[in-house]
Amino acid sequence: MAGFSYMRLRGFLRKEVLQIMRDPSSLLLGLVMPVILLLLFGYGVSLEPRNVPVALVVNDTGPAARELQGRFALSRYFLPVTLKTIPEAVAQMQAGKVDGILHVRSDFSTLLETGREAPIQLILNGIDSNRARIVEGYIQNTIGLWAERAALVSGKPYSPVMVVEPRIWFNAAANSTYSLVPGLLTLIMTLIGTLLTALVIAREWERGTMEALLSTPVRSNEILLGKLLPYYVLGMIGMFFSIVLGVFLFQVPLRGSLFVLICLGSLFLMASLGLGLFISAAARVQFVAAMASVLAGFLPAFFLSGLMFDLKSTPMAIQVVSKIIPAKYFVTISQTLFLAGTVWSVLLPASLVLLLMSIVLLGVARKKLGRRLPQ
Amino acid sequence: MSSVLFRVITLIKKEFLMILLDPKSRIVLIIPPIIQFFVFSYSATFDLQNVEFALLDESRTELSRSLVSHFSGSKHFELVRVLDSSVQAAELINTEQVRLVIHIPRDFADKIAEREPATVQVVADGRNSNVASIALGYVEEIVQQFGESLHRGNLVESSQVALIQRSWFNRNMETRWFIVSALGGIISMVIVMILSSLSVAREREFGTFDQLLVSPFQPAEILIGKALPCVFFGFLDAVLLSIAAVYWFGVPFRGTVAALVLVLLAFMIAIVGVGLFVSAISVTMQQGLLGAFVFIMPAVLLGGFTTPISNMPMWLQRATVINPLKYVVQGLRDVFLTGTDSFAMWHHVWPLLLISVVTMPAAAVMFRYRTQ
Repeated sequence: MAGFSYMRLRGFLRKEVLQIMRDPSSLLLGLVMPVILLLLFGYGVSLEPRNVPVALVVNDTGPAARELQGRFALSRYFLPVTLKTIPEAVAQMQAGKVDGILHVRSDFSTLLETGREAPIQLILNGIDSNRARIVEGYIQNTIGLWAERAALVSGKPYSPVMVVEPRIWFNAAANSTYSLVPGLLTLIMTLIGTLLTALVIAREWERGTMEALLSTPVRSNEILLGKLLPYYVLGMIGMFFSIVLGVFLFQVPLRGSLFVLICLGSLFLMASLGLGLFISAAARVQFVAAMASVLAGFLPAFFLSGLMFDLKSTPMAIQVVSKIIPAKYFVTISQTLFLAGTVWSVLLPASLVLLLMSIVLLGVARKKLGRRLPQ
Repeated sequence: MSSVLFRVITLIKKEFLMILLDPKSRIVLIIPPIIQFFVFSYSATFDLQNVEFALLDESRTELSRSLVSHFSGSKHFELVRVLDSSVQAAELINTEQVRLVIHIPRDFADKIAEREPATVQVVADGRNSNVASIALGYVEEIVQQFGESLHRGNLVESSQVALIQRSWFNRNMETRWFIVSALGGIISMVIVMILSSLSVAREREFGTFDQLLVSPFQPAEILIGKALPCVFFGFLDAVLLSIAAVYWFGVPFRGTVAALVLVLLAFMIAIVGVGLFVSAISVTMQQGLLGAFVFIMPAVLLGGFTTPISNMPMWLQRATVINPLKYVVQGLRDVFLTGTDSFAMWHHVWPLLLISVVTMPAAAVMFRYRTQ
């Protein structure tokens, strides 16, 4: 075998591993970052508002209005601020101190007693409209609870016309950690796969050591493998850390097969490594490679993978772009394996695409690595 | 004094040339941020569209059909399958063919006629809990509106209490405004963070930093020379992206331009301070880049960009006071949507200046300290 030598590969690998071990920064990213990210995601990222500050302007002193006020004071969702006048409340809202104003007019009790419609006015801060919507739902629920109870006391039946009975499968409490931790796996492996490797070939070019390498008998395949394997191991360790932390610390259920998750995880890691090495070999300048890996690897993994945002709600052009993002497929795989189980009709198409992507990306990286000096 | 000025100017000139002379570097600073901005602006939304749902209508009455038409008529929902029995639901959700199953039970119309609460059962795919919660919110809204239309048709008694709701600053509750107004800050931060965190590390790797240190330059002069080009490019990107937000995405600009410039400049100085500090303690470019990410990831997650800071536990909320991104995200939303002038912007600006006052000198000290 003149084209490929295990001895040469071993020597080259040894050099790469030593380079990683002696540079604390790659170990930091590979081993410490996953832990930090998981903790931040687990504790810090939540779309469920708690202790929402609301201004209550209740100009009615009747028992019904006081009861309603009490409901808000008792709820663990709200931090009500009782104010006398609307202008005061408006000032608080403009300063961003309250997220909503609930206004009960002075004729509220009278209207209720005479059997007419009694309006309650709600003004929401719409800047974070997602939050505004959730807060509106909370307020509606609180008012509904109050109305039910008020009806019990006064003996008049109150009943809503229709009730929605929601059930969320795989995640009954809509716990966002359950969805985020599997998604986070994708982000962590993208960081290790694309960011860490983006510099490793460009660095050799920039330092001039690539030219030295080219004059040795080492083949392109051996260079590629030597650069690939250590980071593959690092990525798998990072993935293992994330799974263990997710399952034991955040109690995310792993309903599918761990073995399948690890297999498909390494497939995704191959695609990420391929992208990183391709960028590195094509850019040949570390600064450009760094920028490109962030712009083509990290940011799409955050925005275009379906991790935070719903891809199917985006315009067609964006959906087409997202089809070439490896992270998109792994978010689907990971969320399905963690929460739904080993559903092959979802997993199989996604893993085939990943397989294709890793072959293409590693292929072009190999091609770009070509043993040719710059013109 | 004039010689100090002369030295700094030559250094700044050299830094600019280093970036501008390399065609790849030149392009990387301007074109990708703009592409990213457009792609992410369209993708980063919490408004759902065309959520595929399957329908199991066991009531089969005029009333239930009318409710269904409210769903299929909404731009949020798209009816893709009509089911005959509830056993089919599991398969459809498991395989991601639908994301929602709406089940109208047999007694739906009877209950309404008897003036009892009628139930509508909804099953959502919880793999993405956020999407599930938002979709269920839409379902509630549609069902409630349908119930109210029955009031008006006098089919049922009025429930007496009516909530009249209005949303300020963003009347149609578009999440795109919320995201796009702050997105320029995020993208330019990523660019500037990489630019600055590599700047000293590159010279260290090539050994030219030692030459700088033995030259008559003071650390403060090196600091200014390194910082200014980074601030310039970051500010340029952020301004370009703000212009795109207003003219392409139609985000309202209700504040003053001065307030925008103020908060962006203060933010860029703070970020360059952090970036140069990271760069100063790095010996290789790889360390610089990875160091930048150790900062970027937590900063983005805890900056209130996608998830509100007020949802976090208290100890984490306190920790966000040192996150520069938090101030620019709020500042940008204030200046775009609330309409803030430079005076009111000040309480976002001074913490940023404070951060730079700490990080910039720390970077200058580290210039010498990390030299072997």
